[in-house]
Amino acid sequence: MNPLSEFIRGITKDNPTFGLVLGLCPTLAVTTSVENGIGMALGTLFVLVGSNVMVSAIRNHIPGAVRLPIEIIVIATFVTIVDMVMEAFTPALYESLGVFIPLIVVNCIVIGRAEAYALKNGVFYSTIDAFGEGTGFLLVLVLIGGIREFFGTGIIDPFGITVINASAVMNPAMFMILSPGAFLTISVLMTFVNYRKQQKAAKGG
Amino acid sequence: MVEKALFTIMLEGVFVKNFLLIQFLGLCSFVGVTKDVKSATGMSGAVVFVLAMSATVSFALFNFVLVPLKLEFLRTIAFIVVIAALVQLVEFIVRKHVPALYRSLGIYLPLITTNCAVLGAVLLNVMNDYNFVQSVTFGVAAGLGYTVAMLMMAGIRERSNIVNVPKAVGRGVTYAFFVATIMSMSFVNFFGVIPLE
Repeated sequence: MNPLSEFIRGITKDNPTFGLVLGLCPTLAVTTSVENGIGMALGTLFVLVGSNVMVSAIRNHIPGAVRLPIEIIVIATFVTIVDMVMEAFTPALYESLGVFIPLIVVNCIVIGRAEAYALKNGVFYSTIDAFGEGTGFLLVLVLIGGIREFFGTGIIDPFGITVINASAVMNPAMFMILSPGAFLTISVLMTFVNYRKQQKAAKGG
Repeated sequence: MVEKALFTIMLEGVFVKNFLLIQFLGLCSFVGVTKDVKSATGMSGAVVFVLAMSATVSFALFNFVLVPLKLEFLRTIAFIVVIAALVQLVEFIVRKHVPALYRSLGIYLPLITTNCAVLGAVLLNVMNDYNFVQSVTFGVAAGLGYTVAMLMMAGIRERSNIVNVPKAVGRGVTYAFFVATIMSMSFVNFFGVIPLE
């Protein structure tokens, strides 16, 4: 086990969305734009790191029977911090993410990692794992947000920086910004990922 | 602010702002427990019950405990604890009286705690400043909307077992999402039913 491979594992093999298939609600709900995706992912990353560190630090003192309630309380505490910080410093983003900020509490990735990783590993590796998973989540949200924002509005401009402006050459499809667009985007991406996995398996890899 | 009519809240919860297909709350169970109609029915029943109960309890908790003590910022923690306790209760009841259902729901029963639909409904109640009757109505409506979508999805998946699909799509999560795309497209058309403010 080395730190770098543990980090990369969170982005590739154990990617929250395509590997573990966890935390789908925010993945689909907030990705109407790259900006929302980044905001959501950073919030989740903070909660992930906080809860993984905390849970792994106290893992030898938690009785098995009550570990879930304790994990949930730890997570809820960090979510409350994110909630208050975002409300104070990024009110516009807070407004557009809405109910999904407090809902990080029930994001399966956070509790899944606390349960599957932080309970069994030391503080150092749990931190690395949290950063890996958080980064994997960030990349997925940016990808999906990018696809939806591009096809839905024709312009990708996170935080006021215009990355691509194609509104002159294409008519944006409202469909992609609405909920069916989210389902379509993720199903096509998942098909692609499955295809790659099967190709790899067929090669005997 | 004009009081929202109960019928509007009901319609919104079930169709216009369907939790699964429009608001993306509770997707884990949507793709996980919809392989057959029987477990989808059981899961929906459990969610409706937990939703109605937690809408009631959390309303009391928020308005009679957190607001007077000025502890509104603790609402996320307080609500999740209430929901966890309720789920535990449902689990006891189901395990004792309907063991077959308990076996088929398996891991998903305790997972209602981390089902975004339940906490989402409770938080939306607070954010929308609903009164008691409105809160409970919204909880029930959200549960019914959840049930409608779950049963549709399970029915479609059960009947399409004989259909050929590309290998890369398979019969799992990816397939469910393709079905959800089409279902969601039809639900989007309910937007016109209630004029948005």
